[in-house]
Amino acid sequence: MPGEKSASVEEIDVSAARKIAAGHRAQGNSLVTVLQDVQTEYGYLSGEVLEAVAEEMEVPFSQAYGLATFYSSFSLQPRGKHHICVCMGTACHVRGAANILEKLERDLGISSGETSEDLKHSLESVNCLGACALGPVVVVNDAYHGKVSSRDVDKIVADLE
Amino acid sequence: MTVATRLANAGDLASLRQKILAGRKSTKIAISVCAGTGCRAQGSMELFEEFQRELQEQNLTDVEVRATGCHGFCEQGPLVVIFPRKIFYRGVKVKDVPRIVEKTIRNNEVVDSLLFKDPATKKKCLLENEVPFYAKQQRIVFRNNGKIDPTQIDDYIAADGYAALAKVLTKMSAEQVIEQVSQAGLRGRGGGGFPTGRKWDICRAQPGDEKYVICNGDEGDPGAFMDRSIMEGDPNSVLEGMTIGAYAIGASRAYIYVRAEYPLAVTNLSIALEQSRSLGLLGENILGSDFSFDVEIVRGAGAFVCGEETALIASVQGDIGSPQQRPPYPAQAGLWGKPTNINNVETWANVPVIIDKGSKWFAGMGTEHSKGTKVFSLVGKVLNTGLVEVPMGTTLREIVYDIGGGIPKKRKFKAVQTGGPSGGCIPESLLDLPVDFEKLTEAGGMMGSGGLIVMDERTCMVDVAKYFLAFLVDESCGKCSPCREGVMQMHSILCRIVQGEGREGDIELLEQLAAYVKESSLCQLGGTAPNPVLSTLRHFRNEYEAHIKDKKCPAGVCTALVEFEVDEELCKGCGLCMRDCPTEAVIGEKKQPHKIDVELCIKCGVCYEDCPFDAVIAK
Repeated sequence: MPGEKSASVEEIDVSAARKIAAGHRAQGNSLVTVLQDVQTEYGYLSGEVLEAVAEEMEVPFSQAYGLATFYSSFSLQPRGKHHICVCMGTACHVRGAANILEKLERDLGISSGETSEDLKHSLESVNCLGACALGPVVVVNDAYHGKVSSRDVDKIVADLE
Repeated sequence: MTVATRLANAGDLASLRQKILAGRKSTKIAISVCAGTGCRAQGSMELFEEFQRELQEQNLTDVEVRATGCHGFCEQGPLVVIFPRKIFYRGVKVKDVPRIVEKTIRNNEVVDSLLFKDPATKKKCLLENEVPFYAKQQRIVFRNNGKIDPTQIDDYIAADGYAALAKVLTKMSAEQVIEQVSQAGLRGRGGGGFPTGRKWDICRAQPGDEKYVICNGDEGDPGAFMDRSIMEGDPNSVLEGMTIGAYAIGASRAYIYVRAEYPLAVTNLSIALEQSRSLGLLGENILGSDFSFDVEIVRGAGAFVCGEETALIASVQGDIGSPQQRPPYPAQAGLWGKPTNINNVETWANVPVIIDKGSKWFAGMGTEHSKGTKVFSLVGKVLNTGLVEVPMGTTLREIVYDIGGGIPKKRKFKAVQTGGPSGGCIPESLLDLPVDFEKLTEAGGMMGSGGLIVMDERTCMVDVAKYFLAFLVDESCGKCSPCREGVMQMHSILCRIVQGEGREGDIELLEQLAAYVKESSLCQLGGTAPNPVLSTLRHFRNEYEAHIKDKKCPAGVCTALVEFEVDEELCKGCGLCMRDCPTEAVIGEKKQPHKIDVELCIKCGVCYEDCPFDAVIAK
């Protein structure tokens, strides 16, 4: 939320967000596009960053916050150094994706949608990654792993450093 | 690229094609490495680089190596096809590269171990079209996938690309284009099945000069990925189709809305846009005609509802993707309030072929009301997973068994789910159904975007219904209450049933709620949301009853209703389940039948899935 600052979080430099927003505004691009690029820059959308973007785009904060919470690709939390994404599409589901997700939750000690306290891991499930022929699919930091078994999960987790 | 100068007219395009083709006659052998997302996940880009390195090292400069779009047979990836003979290698690894170059490229011999072995006949298949997975397919939309490098517009032009556009701009009026698409009988491949020609005509007839064209690349149905493969593997075919459509409608601007999850599609489309602009195939006065047109890519941000036309328009405008009441339809007042025509990726990719080969040719394929081919993503519990393009009217049995190779591990077929979360499950008794728009709907399924998810005896249909409703609860935009509240209520009833807390009357309550949600939701997301429940109830009511009355899950999926046991006669004591059990609940000596300690078992089902002998049974 705006203005809410936690003592453990360092002050965030919002100048890059302002720059991105200004650039897009000049080109008449939409707020969604701005937020996508800002998220690429920061890894997630913090309250401060959203405020800066709203100000720069001259829209109410609620509009930026509304978009950031409506679309699932936006994250209001920092993601871990290793971001693990489990596909829950139908093809993956019938091949046991739920078991894979549960195992990752057990092994990493975090629930889906959470980031570990040391910011090392974050775990997320998505509705379909479109690599259905290879189900179950797990994506670790943009690298796809197909036909994942629970044994593969052991290896995936062991390889995270 | 050979040339980067603008093509001033259709003649220039034809000469460029001749020039490209002439330059290629010397390159007799081409190695095509599948670089679709599926094969990339299995290491095909490393393979591609290794081929380049090896060829260079061996000074084989006249051999071309090409990273192409998806070949479709993802299950067997990484795939390599050696042209011109079309020798088909599967499961190729980096270490195989020197052998392929030495034997096949240098000496025209075959590397036997990399050939596909037909499990039915035990025969090895040398060529791509001998592989049963490909033999029954008819690749129209996928005409170039697997052959051309999607990042080289020259490849597309060499394969007669943009010839249809040239024909349209030089020889056809807008009315003639619409007439041809209408006569071909092309219907929207995104799910609705609305006649494309009529859709264009309605938009064309609207007053005003400012009109828009949109390509819906928000392939949201879980289990479907054909649009992804087209955008990644043959982006120019989509652009050419859109340009022809825009000419017919009278639009000068277009947007391609691509899902957030498809970064490679965005990259390849961007390259295609840049290259076609530099050749004057997009932009001002295309091929020297009066027609100007350009396309922009919009990246989706992750919302299933944006597949719905009015929600998609809102999203392109940078707003929250919530649907609007129709009418007015997008054709009347769409993007920025202007007449807008939306078609999906596969529909657009069909357009150039229809113009090129004619409506009669296209209408010669398919059934009475569904013409042409359809790309299906054949996935789930089926041996040969991948993308399959067949003429409309092909039966589900041919797709699942002849092309798909049937169910793995000799398990029993149960159902095939079609049409994504709006669709339904089709049982074994309807396997001989010829697949077209009408027949699938009659059977309680839906064409949707073409996902075919095969389910076997170990798939629980109540769990599947719950899965889809959980998906829809998550993706409902929340604007109208029948969808927001009704689907959630249905989902909670299903949760209770799979937990073993189902009550007498729950099935009737589900049916009642389904009727309300269907009737009163604002958009098609809600209007079709009860379908997964209704179709599983229609064909698998006994499974619901087993959960509610007997407190049993016949498929052994719903953990609250299942206890796992080892069949001592089937167990070989291989120890696989013991190694994978997260709670050390499996006990026993090597090569002796194992046992499961019910106290320790958390019913995660790992042993049940793992066991190669099906010795773990669910009770």
